[in-house]
Amino acid sequence: MRLIPYPPGVIMGGEVIFKGRDLLAISEAEIRKIRGDEIAMVFQEPTTSLNPLFSIKTQLSESLILHRDMDKEGAAEESVKLLKQVGIPDAERRVNNYPHQFSGGMQQRIMIAMALTCNPDLLIADEPTTSVDVTVQAQLLDIIDRLRTEYGTAVIIITHNLGVIARYVDRVNVMYAGRLVESGETGALFAQPMHPYTMGLLSSVPRLDLPRKHELFVIGGQPPNLARIPPGCAFHPRCQFAIDRCRQEIPELEEITDGRHSACFRSRELPELVGK
Amino acid sequence: MGMDNNNLVEVENLVMYFPVTAGIMRRKVADVKAVDGISFYIKNGETLGLVGESGCGKTTTGRCILRLYEITSGKITFDGVDISKLNKEQMRNMRRNMQLIFQDPFASLDPRQTAGSIIGEPLQVHKLVKGQEYKEQVAELLKMVELEPRMSVRYPHEFSGGQRQRLGLARALAVRPKFIVCDEPVSALDVSIQAQIITLLLRLKQELNLTYLFIAHDLSVVRHISDRVGVMYLGRMAELTRSDELYDNPLHPYTQALLSAVPIPDPAVDRQRKRILLSGDVPSPIFTPGGCHFHPRCSVAMDVCKDQVPEFKDVGNEHWVACWRV
Repeated sequence: MRLIPYPPGVIMGGEVIFKGRDLLAISEAEIRKIRGDEIAMVFQEPTTSLNPLFSIKTQLSESLILHRDMDKEGAAEESVKLLKQVGIPDAERRVNNYPHQFSGGMQQRIMIAMALTCNPDLLIADEPTTSVDVTVQAQLLDIIDRLRTEYGTAVIIITHNLGVIARYVDRVNVMYAGRLVESGETGALFAQPMHPYTMGLLSSVPRLDLPRKHELFVIGGQPPNLARIPPGCAFHPRCQFAIDRCRQEIPELEEITDGRHSACFRSRELPELVGK
Repeated sequence: MGMDNNNLVEVENLVMYFPVTAGIMRRKVADVKAVDGISFYIKNGETLGLVGESGCGKTTTGRCILRLYEITSGKITFDGVDISKLNKEQMRNMRRNMQLIFQDPFASLDPRQTAGSIIGEPLQVHKLVKGQEYKEQVAELLKMVELEPRMSVRYPHEFSGGQRQRLGLARALAVRPKFIVCDEPVSALDVSIQAQIITLLLRLKQELNLTYLFIAHDLSVVRHISDRVGVMYLGRMAELTRSDELYDNPLHPYTQALLSAVPIPDPAVDRQRKRILLSGDVPSPIFTPGGCHFHPRCSVAMDVCKDQVPEFKDVGNEHWVACWRV
């Protein structure tokens, strides 16, 4: 999205290919056209993303008028339709309300409606349910999932909640200290994680369906300080399988088996190591 | 509620209303019914979990037990003593037995005090140590929560989130309490750190024979750590039972919906589960619905649910539930 302020943030290199174009190589004017139009984003805190001074209708209409050439009346009608799509009851009346008149879950629905104003090809949801209750979380993610199937929108969900991943996503990328450490299709990744970090993460969360007395696996140590990332594999100080090579060399993300990638020198022997 | 002298805490018909005032005369116009008549007990050495969504009254309940609020009505007994009848001095002595740890460890630690003085303060307030003993005690407490004694000279900002929660715990343990209210102690922590703190809490409970009231919105965490779990909805207890029973045999429609909303971190299991969807939001605790508080969102509500409050009763095996359908 190129939303990291510069300075201090600098994209040092690489490519971001979206529909065949490198988003890092195009002009600011071109990226502005893509932002909110072809790629939309839903943020963690709806309260800080909605403008308290304008009604929901005004805020939804702004993008409709800007990106979809609608007139004021058309945009108002479309706003009501969008609110209905994200399950806001009494949308005709509620569209005239201001953000503070909605609950947190309802505000997040409005954020989703706003992201949908331009039928984006890609929706990035950044911790979209972190600040809401679990029943509301289920409602919101069900809405995103329904829109994905109805409109064929691609969705990136950024989350720390492993349950959300298990329930809603097709493919997972696991990140640690700024790098991808593992990726794969959801079912396969959960059934047999190939990176010690993923493995530790999966066995460190309590599960509703397992007998209660089972002991949680504990990943020791602290998450790394990004200003002082350990040399070699960033996870090695917390890894029970670390060998000398891990302390010196950074493992590349490589294909271990069909469609399964992991950045660990010991991925191939991991099933055997865990068995011991 | 069954009187049993093995109960450390007994809560009977607890009601906690907060007045809503308006105008310059601060005239009372309504009540926020944070807790609206709940009863339960916590046995010695047990962990009782309290779950529910924001605003259900779980935190208020914990604070009432510590008498951080003057309750509207009801009775709270701690170790056989009716704590609402205690005067200030007696209550201060009683508090040595009951401690609290918070969700946000950073906000609950004075940034200008060293770790050592944060942990040592309760020792001095309650006059539990003198002279040389003090340093030893602080070192001992730090070791107890798996921190190093040399860290006692550091300030809170020098600790990570997980370490701060350990500090909060060490401070609570300083006065050797019998009972700790843990209010969302792991909610603000990274997944990998959550497991560290949960494991620590379980170990300390075993070693020091503690009793916990564990308040959290994360059902998986609450079930894991608690022996029994109470599910609250809009100021009332919907269901209370053994932790395993709660998942295997939930009886209240709200509990069922709540459990089904929690995704299980295993797609092979989660994608086979039957989903119960709840529509709408939790109503305001000022304008609570009549009858059963859950009836406007309940898929099996009947006429009686609209005007009569279902009794919270034991349906056998210490499985308590408040629902006309049971």
